[in-house]
Amino acid sequence: MSTAGLVATLAALAVGTFALRVVGGLLRDRVDPSPRALRLLEVAAVTVLTALVATSALLEGGGPAGVARPAGVAVGGLLAVRRAPFVVVVLAAAATTALLRLLGVP
Amino acid sequence: MPAARSDRDLLRDVALVCAADGVVAVAFGALAVTVGLPAWVPVVMSVVVFAGGAQLLVVGLLAAGAGPVAAALGGVLVNLRLLPLAFAVGDVLRGPAARRLLGSHLVTDESVAIALAQPDDRRRRTAFWAMGLGLFVVWNLGVLLGTLGGRALGDRAGELSAALGLDAAFPAVLLALVVPALRRPAVRRAALAGAAVALAASTVLPPGLPVLLALVGVLLALRSPEDARPGDAARGDVP
Repeated sequence: MSTAGLVATLAALAVGTFALRVVGGLLRDRVDPSPRALRLLEVAAVTVLTALVATSALLEGGGPAGVARPAGVAVGGLLAVRRAPFVVVVLAAAATTALLRLLGVP
Repeated sequence: MPAARSDRDLLRDVALVCAADGVVAVAFGALAVTVGLPAWVPVVMSVVVFAGGAQLLVVGLLAAGAGPVAAALGGVLVNLRLLPLAFAVGDVLRGPAARRLLGSHLVTDESVAIALAQPDDRRRRTAFWAMGLGLFVVWNLGVLLGTLGGRALGDRAGELSAALGLDAAFPAVLLALVVPALRRPAVRRAALAGAAVALAASTVLPPGLPVLLALVGVLLALRSPEDARPGDAARGDVP
């Protein structure tokens, strides 16, 4: 792609992304959620984030991401449930994935 | 990871998330130059877009030969979730216009997740700004480093990133951030149902939309009054 095309892509992506962030925050001022709605809002945010974990762990370009990556993320998740420190969670996830790939697991 | 008990614990958590995402940033920078993009593309993109998932997708689309419209649309689709996430931290973003605009740019999966995990308003603010600013600095430095390293490594950068299992790092970071919230049964039900919906939808919908469709999982939480205390949802196991 030409330099102009790349600049246009980045500009459109940046403006669109920033607009979503600003509008989301401004909407909160227009709507005054009840405590119950606030709780649901937090559930909604956690749900979106969890779905993002699932899709980014299990899928790659619309197809399955293989075995090594989901296995690594699962090991990380297990450690997080056991209240392991952050850095242990992330390193264990990457190390598990790396080790499985070393053993020839896709 | 239990909710932080003091500001120092909070800052330690922020630093650890930064460190983990820094690794992802290096991998992203290296990947972007490896697929043949000029080095300024990932560097500028990280400053003005500042959203890892969308950045990875757009670089992938550009590498596959997508045009500007398709690439930008794909990235914006992936970022649609930032609207409800920004809404969730809307109270934290209140203030003078300049601060609001800067804060809006710092809305990321990580900054929202760590803010929602805090027990009170002051801590939510501290957590959001510390995570947002810290991640902005680390993410951009990491990408810069990655592009430099990627140019030096050439074609081997992508292989190296896969061999080191770095693609497992981003989902693992995010998972560690939501685990405290998932300890509550009602939240877990909603989140797992939503994740299942998103996975099923991924077979037919373009990236970004399935994750939003996960919101139907929240319907499950509507019917669980036992979780009706505000603030508890994302805090998980705080006594």
